[in-house]
Amino acid sequence: MNWELLFQLTLNGLIVGALYGVVAMSFVLIYKASQVVNFAQGEFLLVGAWACWWLLTTFQLPFIAGFLLTLVFMTLFGLILQVVVLRPLIGEPVISVIMVTIGLSIFFQALMKWLFGVFAQPFPPIFETNKVNIAGLEVQTVYLLSLAISLVIMGGFAWFFTVSKHGLAMRATAFDQQVAQSLGISVRQVFAMSWAISAVVSSVAGVVVGVVNGVSSALSFYGIKVFPAVILGGLDSVVGAVVGGLIIGVLENVAHFVDSEFLNWGNMFQIAPFYVLIIILMIKPYGLFGTKNIERV
Amino acid sequence: MAGISLTPCGDFRESYRADTTIFPTRLSRAFAIAAVGLACLAPLTGDRYMLSLLIQSGYLGIAALGLNVLVGFTGQISIGHAAFFGVGAFSSAFLVEHGVPVFFAIPLAGIMTTAVGMVFGLPAARLKGLYLAIATLAAQFIIEDFFARARWFTGGVAGRVTEPFSVFGFRFDTNETYFYVVLAYVVLMFVSAANLMRTRDGRALIAVRDHYLSAEMMGINLTYYRTLSFGISSFYAGIGGALYAHYLLFVSVEAFNILFSIQFLAMIIIGGLGSVMGSLMGAVFMTMLPEIVQWLADGLAGSPIDRALGLGSAVSYLREMTIGAAIVLFLIFEPDGLARRWRLIKAYWKLYPFSH
Repeated sequence: MNWELLFQLTLNGLIVGALYGVVAMSFVLIYKASQVVNFAQGEFLLVGAWACWWLLTTFQLPFIAGFLLTLVFMTLFGLILQVVVLRPLIGEPVISVIMVTIGLSIFFQALMKWLFGVFAQPFPPIFETNKVNIAGLEVQTVYLLSLAISLVIMGGFAWFFTVSKHGLAMRATAFDQQVAQSLGISVRQVFAMSWAISAVVSSVAGVVVGVVNGVSSALSFYGIKVFPAVILGGLDSVVGAVVGGLIIGVLENVAHFVDSEFLNWGNMFQIAPFYVLIIILMIKPYGLFGTKNIERV
Repeated sequence: MAGISLTPCGDFRESYRADTTIFPTRLSRAFAIAAVGLACLAPLTGDRYMLSLLIQSGYLGIAALGLNVLVGFTGQISIGHAAFFGVGAFSSAFLVEHGVPVFFAIPLAGIMTTAVGMVFGLPAARLKGLYLAIATLAAQFIIEDFFARARWFTGGVAGRVTEPFSVFGFRFDTNETYFYVVLAYVVLMFVSAANLMRTRDGRALIAVRDHYLSAEMMGINLTYYRTLSFGISSFYAGIGGALYAHYLLFVSVEAFNILFSIQFLAMIIIGGLGSVMGSLMGAVFMTMLPEIVQWLADGLAGSPIDRALGLGSAVSYLREMTIGAAIVLFLIFEPDGLARRWRLIKAYWKLYPFSH
């Protein structure tokens, strides 16, 4: 048993899991506010990361400037997507909306492949030192940064939903749209805002992953890994999304460890979360923190 | 999907019998039979390329019909249809390898696929459509991984070679002959689906889609019918997959990815959710789409647009983009798909020049 490897992998799992948590949170944000299951969440990461990469490499901008421009672009991207594509579908059956997001997902995936090619492209280096030593373990600086950014985003979400006016309006809309409307909250604005925030937050995660691993179409797979995380945590729980993301991140690394040490099946890293997903659907379909949907006539 | 059950004005169904016919009028029955007869003549044209496109539309159409039973008629959604299609293809090839004649292997492959579908469908079918979508997404990845892993079943990365369809020693191994096999299956499967929709079970499925609470109050067992619908859908996918295997005579592990699943969804959206014939129209549209994109790209070759965008090398991405865009645009502007367009065209001619 290789304890050091296990420890290293668990740490990796926590760091990646925090990113899953961030993406899952932005997924839950859209689901809570507008009841849309967004299968195109991964494409937010993809589009954001490619946009940032393009700004940095083509115009040689400093990282901070390129990053801020990306955030502005993603705000507009989320807003336009909601207004143009999702708004006409309000009131349509839930499966139509799901299928529209699937259509969007493959559209943007193909578009990005067309514009930027299929090969992974590295970001220009951002830090001078690549690795730092923490408690005897080598940790990449970007990983530390990603953990820090994840924590900041999570804190930001907590502040947004408990203190800020817009966050409270969003929670009210998620609770009951009609009541929210009668209190003077513009539900349309809340929908648009939720998509914009979700796109921005996801693109931050996309840029972080891009800095660590290079930008490629593999980024959109984060959008699919979100499903095990949110089902585990409960579809409509922000806390659940974070916890689910962390658990899935650690789980896939531990599965990888078990696989490489004992089983030698290969590919457990990719597949283990989906087995968990099926098991959760069987025994606890509303997840750890989700509200049980009691239906009355 | 609101307008699916709406019949055009002037189409009165006065008796219970008239309401449950497969074809609304005698003329439409005659047309359907004539269309099948005309299709029988297709191999005589000798255009092998067109025939291969027709065969593709045939087996894809059968699988799409299965998905339409699930999505269009029951209101559940599956994002793993290609995986089940693949299970059908590999099952049939596997059975043939172990001495089962192809003639029996195809329906048996359908049954095996149903069994696999049950494993994933049962936990999710009792929940809302959304959860089935996520469970089938998991099924897509788990089954794909299984294909790559299970050498005894799929032949591993090398794939599996199989035999052509044969009856009493006659081998259907050319486009011209295999076309009739696919045609026979298409007719059989489409007539059974149209028939299913006339029975209590079929109408129960539609009731579940339209309002599941009301359906339950009318004594329809939701779990049973959701599971049944998922079973039917897997069965059709399996038959389609088996026909695919015995057409190409080689099944590769990588063919059944999530993009293929989304193509099935696109087929039924474009064809028309909740329309039996729409599934076939969607499959034909989807088979023609790459040809059309290729044709457009060829037509623009050398022009300034081509030089600016580099169309030649991007055709496969353009195809994917068209699929995605088609899904989005159809759902926003024409949620009932080509089937509704077709009805409007028919109504236009029928009522011309007094359309109201």
